[in-house]
Amino acid sequence: MSGGLYAVSESSLQFFGAMTASISHEINNVLAIINENAGLLEDFTLMADKGVPIDPERLKTLAGKIMTQIRRADKIIKKMNKFAHSVDGPIKRVNLGDLIELVVALSNRFASMRGITLEVKHPPNPVIITTNVFFLENLLWLCLDLAMDVTGPDKKVTLSVETAGIGGVIRFSGLEDAHGRMSNIAGNDGLLGALKGKLDIDLETRDISVTLPSDINN
Amino acid sequence: MKTRVLIVDDEEEFVQALSERLTMRDYDVTTSLRGEDAVEKVRDYNFDVVVLDVSMPGMNGVETLREVKKLKPLTEVIMLTGHATVDSAIDGMKLGALDYLIKPCETEELITKINKAHDRKAEHEERIRDAKVKDIISSPRAALK
Repeated sequence: MSGGLYAVSESSLQFFGAMTASISHEINNVLAIINENAGLLEDFTLMADKGVPIDPERLKTLAGKIMTQIRRADKIIKKMNKFAHSVDGPIKRVNLGDLIELVVALSNRFASMRGITLEVKHPPNPVIITTNVFFLENLLWLCLDLAMDVTGPDKKVTLSVETAGIGGVIRFSGLEDAHGRMSNIAGNDGLLGALKGKLDIDLETRDISVTLPSDINN
Repeated sequence: MKTRVLIVDDEEEFVQALSERLTMRDYDVTTSLRGEDAVEKVRDYNFDVVVLDVSMPGMNGVETLREVKKLKPLTEVIMLTGHATVDSAIDGMKLGALDYLIKPCETEELITKINKAHDRKAEHEERIRDAKVKDIISSPRAALK
């Protein structure tokens, strides 16, 4: 395996590991809430056995809380499933708006741990390109991770999609001090090369952008 | 006297349900959704046991543990963790946490650990009282100073 390919594989595995660990943490939290609420229901039935009346409203509230967590878990699993299928047939047509939504959904827990809000801005018309979806998710995560490190006082990173010629641009804005930190991503030539992409940092507008061709096969 | 427990976790629904279950079992429960707030509560009140989530926004579990132990070294801490953060819980034990539990945990197991933590704190406090009494008996003048 060549050095560049090895670096891409290592980065991709680290990315996949970080995302699945985060998803498992989210599921754990949901299970913990369901576990405690189910435990409360059990406590109420034990009290009822001892003659303490059960308030039906209380039971209704608890059932509602459990249902809310089940819906939350369902969303997490759908997100995990979508992410897992990113590696099926690596080169695909993809709507960049949908892709950044997924990357943001995967990254929200990391953002929340750093006290950062993530915002997505969609273009008026969908920007669809043919690319290696998993590599692009990996590259966007690396950019986002850096963007969260250098975010401004608003603690908000905005991801937006734009059309660029016949390709697309994904922009990360709301940054404060990106200068000098770019080497972390710029050094990741393997991913950029594999995507035939270009990474730019604009110190005036304080944003990072990734420009991608409309079709990686051309 | 009831065992005074502080539950610290950023998942509000989890904190509410666990708090209610422990209250039903006759514990004196206080809750906190952030490490910074938990540290303030520990400063103001003498808890026996802190049940502390490892992974929280802002001040994380290990940082909160450090502050708790600085303020109240005898207060026992049980770390709550997901599978992905067991290493952090082990780091916490190196920093003075008594034990850890992986979420979702069995309530009875948590209660056993809380009771053990309470007994350990009570034992420490008794030893300190005994040492003070011995000190007074062996050197009454020093005690008057």
